[in-house]
Amino acid sequence: MSSESLRIVWIYPDLLSTYGDRGNALILARRARQRGMPVEVLEVRSDERLPATADIYLVGGGEDGPQALGAQRLLADGGLHRAVAQGSVVFGVCAGYQLLGTSFFAKGVQCRGLELLDLQSDRGESRAVGELAGEIDPRLGLPPLTGFENHGGRTHLGPEVSPLARITAGVGNDGATEGAWRGKLLGTYSHGPALARNPALADLLLRWATGAHQLPPLEDTWSDRLRNERRSAVAAARA
Amino acid sequence: MPLRAKVASSVSRTAAALSRAAGRGDGSVIGGWIGLKIDPDLLAHLSAGRAIALVSGTNGKTTTTRLTSAAVGVLGRVATNSFGANMPSGHTSALAKAGSTPYAVLEVDEHYLAQVLEATEPHVVALLNLSRDQLDRAKEVAMMAQLWRAALVRHTDVRVVANADDPLVVWAATPPGDPARGINPPHVTWFSAGQRWHDDSWVCPECGSTIQRSGEQWWCTGCPLRRPEPHWVVEDEGVLDPTGAWHKVSLQLPGKVNLGNAATALAVAAEFGVRPVDAVSRLGIVTSVAGRYAQVDKDGRNIRLLLAKNPASWLEAFDMADEAPTLLSINARDPDGLDTSWLYDVDFAPLRGRQVLITGDRAYDLAVRLDVNDVPFQHVRTFDDALRSVPPGRLEVIANYTAFQDIRGELDRVI
Repeated sequence: MSSESLRIVWIYPDLLSTYGDRGNALILARRARQRGMPVEVLEVRSDERLPATADIYLVGGGEDGPQALGAQRLLADGGLHRAVAQGSVVFGVCAGYQLLGTSFFAKGVQCRGLELLDLQSDRGESRAVGELAGEIDPRLGLPPLTGFENHGGRTHLGPEVSPLARITAGVGNDGATEGAWRGKLLGTYSHGPALARNPALADLLLRWATGAHQLPPLEDTWSDRLRNERRSAVAAARA
Repeated sequence: MPLRAKVASSVSRTAAALSRAAGRGDGSVIGGWIGLKIDPDLLAHLSAGRAIALVSGTNGKTTTTRLTSAAVGVLGRVATNSFGANMPSGHTSALAKAGSTPYAVLEVDEHYLAQVLEATEPHVVALLNLSRDQLDRAKEVAMMAQLWRAALVRHTDVRVVANADDPLVVWAATPPGDPARGINPPHVTWFSAGQRWHDDSWVCPECGSTIQRSGEQWWCTGCPLRRPEPHWVVEDEGVLDPTGAWHKVSLQLPGKVNLGNAATALAVAAEFGVRPVDAVSRLGIVTSVAGRYAQVDKDGRNIRLLLAKNPASWLEAFDMADEAPTLLSINARDPDGLDTSWLYDVDFAPLRGRQVLITGDRAYDLAVRLDVNDVPFQHVRTFDDALRSVPPGRLEVIANYTAFQDIRGELDRVI
């Protein structure tokens, strides 16, 4: 960690907070505090400078206009690139995932992304809306991914990144894979919010940020019930 | 009315009566749907000769429509779609059922405002607010504002009554005129009803700059868009009218948000020439609206039903609810929106210290949310379990759309 407390930056809640994205910051902060880590959550609006010294950066979902504006401002700011160069963790969701790549489409126009992940997004033939599930890359050692997706884009991964998961329900990147990761950068189409549906993913980000190999387990009764219920719902929809 | 329209109107009324008699619904949609099949222009025919007000927005439109009907009722009979059937089939049903009336006040789903403006040629349109709602199928909020604005450009003769506190509404209500072609911008009367929810309007819809807020004021940091000076303002337990006269408003409906709805109703009625002093007492006769705010006594519990469909309306519901045991019920069926992520846009902290029960199809999503929010709760499977779990006295029920209808069903579809 970069200082006494774990610093979490929520990037541009004024632009990129369409799908309960605050939840990811809340879940991360709570799970860190429950392990006794002091936590500081900074909400950085799009008219503010991005601090380059935080441990975890969260980029959320948004409509086309705010997504394009958010990418422009992040490119102009440069703080996120400096943070990544210093080894910070970045977690992007939906529009926030797309804009970490090299390019994406917003309002029918191709926009330049941050080029932090080797991927590019274009428009799909139809909007992907519904439950999303997948088996996560075994190297990450996590239980299955669950979430809700709602996006018009399709994402094509380059050789520098690995898919986060193999799709078992929903569309994700392209109907076969979902999300991407490289080093300590990870992106997903999953809402729910993603870290509420997947607390093990939140713990992965915390481990990346702190360098801890293991974290003490937490009481996750309600998350477990939620995950089971969603898994059954997906299975029932398929049957 | 042309013969085809007469036939369509009559068939429409019959179908609605049949639907009610068969117990298939309250008949507020089916009749209009059939009528429109016979005569696609039926809504326009039924609108002709009436002075009409349309009420639209994300939240508060059913209640505001009801209050406005009460206020305009000072002048004569008012046709209205009082069951929240707010698409053209519902408007057609309502007008056909009411027969000939000098006035109509119609609640309009925000997606249909352009179409209904076209069909009904209203005298006045009230624009309440725009915020995120059912994002998996609804239009993006900024796009909704754009559609309203485009619709008003085509109807510059309509009088607009709009919320000065919502930047998206202000922008939508003030399309530029085109003096060269003799098009003036619409006449707008502004009301201030307060707005607790700000998270959909940090970015200026006109220029993309940041919107700043200080107290009740807001302004764009990059262009001239700013809060207009309101003509109608909620103050204490009443409403200030444009002349500066204050009217005490005694509502049976709870919460500051309903005082705002009352101010809107008085402003709309004033566009028809109703003096607020004549209308204000009529607002107090509205007790519940399609089950919203209804109170039912059962097993020694006084159950009050509050509908909260989206983050903005949850914030208002917490403001209305008493410090009493509270049942929260969440579903995610089609009419609710399938994505429950919005639960994290709502801060449930106001419920700390109350006995909180949760239920509904998606109670586990709510459980995880409340856990993170440090709000203790108890999960119950059924409404009866909830009743048994609370002491005699008030039980506040806050539920989203289909969860609300489920509980209304348990209470004999109270209206």
